[in-house]
Formats: sequence, C-alpha cells, structure tokens
Amino acid sequence: MSATPLVTNGNGTVDHQDVLIDCEIKELFYGHFKAARDIALKIKKGTVTAFIGPSGCGKSTALRCLNRMNDLVRGFRFKGHVIFRGQDIYASNIDPVSVRRHIGMVFQQPNPFAMSIFRNVAFGLRLNGYKGNVDEKVERALRQAALWDEVKDILRSSGLALSGGQQQRLCIARAIATEPPVLLMDEPCSALDPIATHKIEELIRELKQRFTIAIVTHNLQQARRIADMTAFLYVDKSQGGRTGYMVEYGPTEAIFEDPKEDHTKEYIRGEFS
Amino acid sequence: MTPDPTIGSAAADEVDLPTLALSLRRPRTLFSATMSVLTGAATLAALLPLFSVLYLLVIRGSAALSMAALHELPPAAMTVGGGFGNAIVGTFVIVAIATAISVPFGILGAVYIAEFGPDTKTASAVRFAAKVLTGLPSIIAGVFAFATVVVVTGGFSAPAGGVALALLMIPTILLTAEAAIQGVPSRMREAAIGMGATPTQVVAQVIIPTGAPGILTGVMLAVARAAGETAPLLFTALFSDFWMSRTYPEFLPKTLGDLMKPTASLAVIIYNFSGSPFENQVALAWAAALTLVIIVLVFNIIGQSLARRSAS
Repeated sequence: MSATPLVTNGNGTVDHQDVLIDCEIKELFYGHFKAARDIALKIKKGTVTAFIGPSGCGKSTALRCLNRMNDLVRGFRFKGHVIFRGQDIYASNIDPVSVRRHIGMVFQQPNPFAMSIFRNVAFGLRLNGYKGNVDEKVERALRQAALWDEVKDILRSSGLALSGGQQQRLCIARAIATEPPVLLMDEPCSALDPIATHKIEELIRELKQRFTIAIVTHNLQQARRIADMTAFLYVDKSQGGRTGYMVEYGPTEAIFEDPKEDHTKEYIRGEFS
Repeated sequence: MTPDPTIGSAAADEVDLPTLALSLRRPRTLFSATMSVLTGAATLAALLPLFSVLYLLVIRGSAALSMAALHELPPAAMTVGGGFGNAIVGTFVIVAIATAISVPFGILGAVYIAEFGPDTKTASAVRFAAKVLTGLPSIIAGVFAFATVVVVTGGFSAPAGGVALALLMIPTILLTAEAAIQGVPSRMREAAIGMGATPTQVVAQVIIPTGAPGILTGVMLAVARAAGETAPLLFTALFSDFWMSRTYPEFLPKTLGDLMKPTASLAVIIYNFSGSPFENQVALAWAAALTLVIIVLVFNIIGQSLARRSAS
C-alpha cells in the first residue's frame, strides 16, 4: 500500500494525490425525471472502485457519467463535473468521442460485434488508425483478458460463436486493446454463470495493475472480493420520485465491517444474514 | 362440506385417470385439426398458379432455348433461328446502371432515417414517400425517366432505362435497409460508441456490416423486380435489334456513345415477341422468359450466399 493513508470524511471524498477521476454529480435528469443527486467521489489511480446499492439507486447512471455514455439518452441533463486528468469532460470544448477512447467500457450484456474474434479486438486499434503491429496488440490484449489459450486457433471465427463468459472476456480484451487508463464495468458478471464470474473477477484483480477500474455490481460479495473502494448508493423515494444518491464512500473494508450510515448497515446486513 | 375427491387425493388417480390420448371428438382438437388442414389447403391454392406458370415456362421455354438463342440477334419476321443475345446484355447493362444509382441513395437514405434522425420530420416524410413509391405504377416511372432523361439527352438509351428502374428500386432498398439497420442490436451500437467510435465509424464499421444480410436481401429483391419490368423500358431504353457496340463479338458498349442508343432488354423482347403472329418469335419469347427467370434466380442465390457469408 502507499505511504499516504486513505482518509475518508463524511462527504465521501478521499484525500490523496493520485486522484485520476474527480466526479461530482449534483443533479442528473432524464427529461423531467431526476435520476440521481449528490454523488461525489474521487477515484484513485490503480484501484478498483465498486458501486453498490439496490436497483434504481443510480449506480449504472453514475458509472455512465464517467465516459459520457449518458449523452445517448434523450433528455439527459447533468449538473456537476467529472474531472479526468485535470479536464472537466463535460466542458463545452470536450469531444465525447475522445473521452470514450480514454475511458473504456464493458457492458452488462456481452456485446461482441458480429465479426471475427480478431477483428473484435482490433476494432479500437483501427478506429484510432493504429499503424503498428496489430497482431501483437491483439494477442497481448487476449492474453491479458485470459482468453488467448481458448481462442488462439479460432481467431478468424465469429465472436458471437463463443460462450457467454468467453464473449465477456472478449469484450474486455477489446476494451483494453487500446490501453485506456480507465475501464468502466457495468455489472460485467450479471449475465454469467459462477465459473465465468470467478474468471472475470480474477481478471479484474490482474488488470488493476495496469488500469484503473470502476465497477457496478449488485453482488456485494463480489464488491468485497475485488474492490479497494466502495460507494454505497441508495434510492430516495421522497417527493414521489426515485432519485439515487450516495450514502457512503470509503475503503471496502470500512464499508463492510464498520458502516457509518444506517442505510448501509441495513443493506449490508440484509444481504449477508 | 366434502372436498372434491378428484383433487389432491392419490386414490382418485386410480379411479379417474385423465384421458391423454388424441381424440378428434374433443371440440378444440377437432377445431385445431380443421384449421391445420385449411392452412395447408390455402398454401397449396396459392402455390398452384405459381407452379403452373413455372411448369409452362420450363416446358415451352426449354424447347426453344439453345446456344444460338443466347448469343444471336433477334430474327426478323418470317425467318428461322435467331436469338436474344443483345437483350441479355442490355438487361445486364440497364439493371447495372439502375443498381449503381439506387443502392447508394437507398442505403444512405436508410442510414439517415434509421440511425441519425429517426424521429425527425424529414425521416417520417421520407418513410411515407418511400411507402407510397413502392406502389408506384411502373409505367409512371417510365414517363418520369422519359421526361427527365430521354427528352433532355435527346434519345432513348440504356441510362434512361436505368433511371426509370432505379426509381422503382430505391423505395424497396430504402425500406428494407431501414428495417435491417433497426434490426442491428442496440448493444452493438452501444459497444461501438463506448469504444470511442465516431457516428460515421459506428455506421460504416458496425451497423452496415452487421445489417448487410438484410440490406443485401433488399437489394436483390429490388434487382429481381427491376429486371422483369417492361413498361418503364418501353419509354426509355426502347429496343434495339443490334448489339450495343458494332464490334461484335466484343458486344459490350465501348464508348458512352454506344450506351446512349436504344437498348434491347429481355423484358421488352418478351413483350414484343409474345404477341407476334410468327411461331419462331413466340418460341423465342418463351425462351427469353425462361432465361430471365433463371438470371433472377441465380442473382438471388448469389445474394443469399453472400449475405450468409458476411453474417458469419
């Protein structure tokens, strides 16, 4: 661990120098629907940060703010900031396309393209007009995604022919081939069986050496196993709405062993007892 | 109150076993069976005219079909022999021109109404216009091409025929391509955007390749329809008793000038010869019809296999 201790305060902020993403969502709307409020957290380089909480608590919404995937939703409005390497990615002069090239994403449903395994992994490299050795990069990404041995002889066959767990690892390989500093994962294991889930979790622990990872999971055990930091979100149903907000953010151990807030205690106890 | 003895009682099973055997005496079974027979009969009734046409075409057409018919020029009245070689070439040329015009317009239009502005007024106007145009009487397309191409260029020509056919092909291609693009799972679109693809890259590298089988099917349908159209060609390409280029056997057009002359087509030679009083010409009309059907069939098979290959 680093010499500087992680200190959490009530606002869920972390006092540390290696902050890669500083995110503050004051208010977030889809049309007239207020989907999230008061989510503020700092993500440190080289860590795994988990978003947990009941459904509808805005954890996926918060994650999708970090690479502007929410821009695709009609009526999306956002108050706050997401500062990535000193730049607010919501500033008017920022191109969301280039943001997404630096902050990669793995989705809930494995979503390989209807093309060969090789071309799936090479996709991002081609988008960026990569001129170097594509074969080498593809092999390297597939090795990092722990998929190489299973697919090295069938690189030309369709990515859709793989099993669900293999497809998800293919999507991870595709995302890391361009080596984005940050990888967002939106419930990457929810469509997978326990064995495939275990492989993905091992992979996340490996990838943490090179990538900063933020992951949404509805599986508390999973958050506990893989995350360094955990953010607990909850739904505010007052005023007739369903607005997600952040209750507590801190080192995973602290959140699970010694939660400060009642909502966190209840949720974690309910899940584990 | 005594409980129903047949429910929840093990003993009841021995006394009153349910009948599981198929019995037509049960009304719903009888109804189901009747409907199955009816649907089968309706299918047969619909296929009967189709197969009788095909049967007649094969019997009559193959009788007159020969190598000479495929590569000789149309015979004059009262003569024997001859063929429709120039009409085969002409059909290929006209349909190729029509395809070259309609495919880019159709597919790019579909990309707009399906991907970039599906809810805009432009998109709904285009969609409505395309649906109306699919029902456009083909002769109107011919008149349009006559007014815009024949009158302007000063003569009947293959490009005039191509424009007329393109007009008929665009709505089919546009609407099937739109459906094919909409059929691309949105998670693939999301994946591409999540990789940092620009809208153009999303369309060119994910949406169109993934929707290719459906798009290709639409193009093949349009080509098949266009190849058989007669009415629009009568006003535009007219007909010719000669090769497109005078330097036989290199019969394909050598210059733009060759292209800008009246052009023969299979559809028009079928039309001209089928009403002829001369036996030789009528026989050739049958052979030309069979040839046209075979060409369309071959194109469809090629299109389908290409689509299947690009899907994998």
